[in-house]
Amino acid sequence: MDLMMLLTVFVLAGFVGYFVVWGVTPALHTPLMAVTNAISGIVVVAAIMVAGVPQGSIAAKVVGGVAILLCSINIFGGFAITRRMLAMFKSKGAK
Amino acid sequence: MLSFGSDAVLLAGLAAAVLFILGLKGLASPKTARRGNQFAMAGMAIAVVTLLFSHNVVGAWWMLPVIAIGAAIGIPLATRTPLTALPQLVAAFHSFVGLAAGLVSIGTYLNHGAEPMEVHTSIELVAGAAIGLITFSGSILAALKLQGVVSGKPWAWKGRHFLNLGLVILIILCGIQFCITGSAFPFGVIVLASTILGYTLVAPIGGADMPVIVSMLNSYSGWAASASGFLLGLPLLIITGALIGASGAILSYIMCAAMNRSFISVIAGGFGSDAGSGAPELATGGTVKTAGVEDAAFMLANAGKVIIIPGYGMAVAQAQHALKEVFNLLLEKGVQVDFAIHPVAGRMPGHMNVLLAEADIPYEHVHELEEINPAFPQTDVVLVIGANDVVNPAAQNSPGSPIYGMPILEAYKSKLVYVIKRSLNPGYAGVDNPLFAMDNTALLLGDAKDVCEKLAAAVKLG
Repeated sequence: MDLMMLLTVFVLAGFVGYFVVWGVTPALHTPLMAVTNAISGIVVVAAIMVAGVPQGSIAAKVVGGVAILLCSINIFGGFAITRRMLAMFKSKGAK
Repeated sequence: MLSFGSDAVLLAGLAAAVLFILGLKGLASPKTARRGNQFAMAGMAIAVVTLLFSHNVVGAWWMLPVIAIGAAIGIPLATRTPLTALPQLVAAFHSFVGLAAGLVSIGTYLNHGAEPMEVHTSIELVAGAAIGLITFSGSILAALKLQGVVSGKPWAWKGRHFLNLGLVILIILCGIQFCITGSAFPFGVIVLASTILGYTLVAPIGGADMPVIVSMLNSYSGWAASASGFLLGLPLLIITGALIGASGAILSYIMCAAMNRSFISVIAGGFGSDAGSGAPELATGGTVKTAGVEDAAFMLANAGKVIIIPGYGMAVAQAQHALKEVFNLLLEKGVQVDFAIHPVAGRMPGHMNVLLAEADIPYEHVHELEEINPAFPQTDVVLVIGANDVVNPAAQNSPGSPIYGMPILEAYKSKLVYVIKRSLNPGYAGVDNPLFAMDNTALLLGDAKDVCEKLAAAVKLG
């Protein structure tokens, strides 16, 4: 994809992030870190591409495979820890 | 250059990006937060599954088991780690993403072979490797510091700024050479120098500045993901990375503002180097009173309004459950009880909120600084648990103090203050706290959990 296009997407996404994150209640800043950490595992997409290039080098497959593993730990761990934290935030009425 | 842009993958990526944004939006309130997390999970699943089964990728048969192994490691890590170890777990997870982004750059380079690269591809490759590996080694060190394996004391060596500057210049020079020649040597130097730089950037930062560094690394992991997105032409990674980068940067900013310190001074580090090594006695000259647990319990039980201020000491002593007992008993006696949380209490943003939530304290009773400060003058008793600098009036009335100008919880304005404290040591900032010597303050010396249990027992009897 065209570099300028990607740059546009990048800058606009930064603005979206800015406004969305200021809307997060301070009480949930730890879950915010946990969930952003989980979605940062999206690097797995890049890792899969590196490891899955047709006729790619073996070394790249190994490196990509390690990256897939690291990202997967992050994705599953990150979402699980977010879930665990959010489950604890209870309102007065909730039991 | 290979092209991965099949429409199905791009569309799935767009859906995932929207779901991620909705996921973060859900965190605006505890009511919608759980659904937000589910949105984010759905987005991740859509993006990964679509890609694995697209014709752009060969080898899904071996990648799926690798992902399953990741799940088998990640889920138990997340569910079994005690909540006290949460900050270091989050820091450790940041290091994984950083390393993965670095590996993506390395792998892309390996796949590329000897053909010449476009300049922007070279730059993206270098940026991905450098940011990723800085995040990697920096996060590992942060996790080790938080775990207590490495001393939390900042590294005060004077030459560190020159070393860091030298490493940055080295990375830039090698980056330029790599853009021109595309050879492996400068790339290898970049990999090595970035890994060292991550370590030397985090080493001088410690103690009370840890929340800033954890959020900063959170931000870096986002920029690293964005760099990988530019490299492979994936808008989803660019968007997600920018969201995370913005989030971490805002959290760092909030933490710095709450300490009245500039981001630069935190990053430069060295703050709190006297922590723990200072004089064991208070040097304020005032006399410090201690009180008995029974007296404190009596005053609490007969108060109209009580505010509890938890700090890192509560986390260390795991006192939140005992505190919840006190909270419940006081509520039964008709006392109005609220919690006041300073933005930098604890070792990561929102740390205290999570611990109180763990103890089942309803979030309606937990308040932020601006919200609760006006209430202190009408408060009968304030109970401070393992917090110090965040209630230090020197921040407001002593211009010479290192923490002067930092916003504090104005506990000193209330009628009576009880401070549960293990010893008379100053807080992480190494600053004396005149609050302790004030006439309306009394200390309850002891382990926070012990004292809370005794308080609960005494309130029950009384």
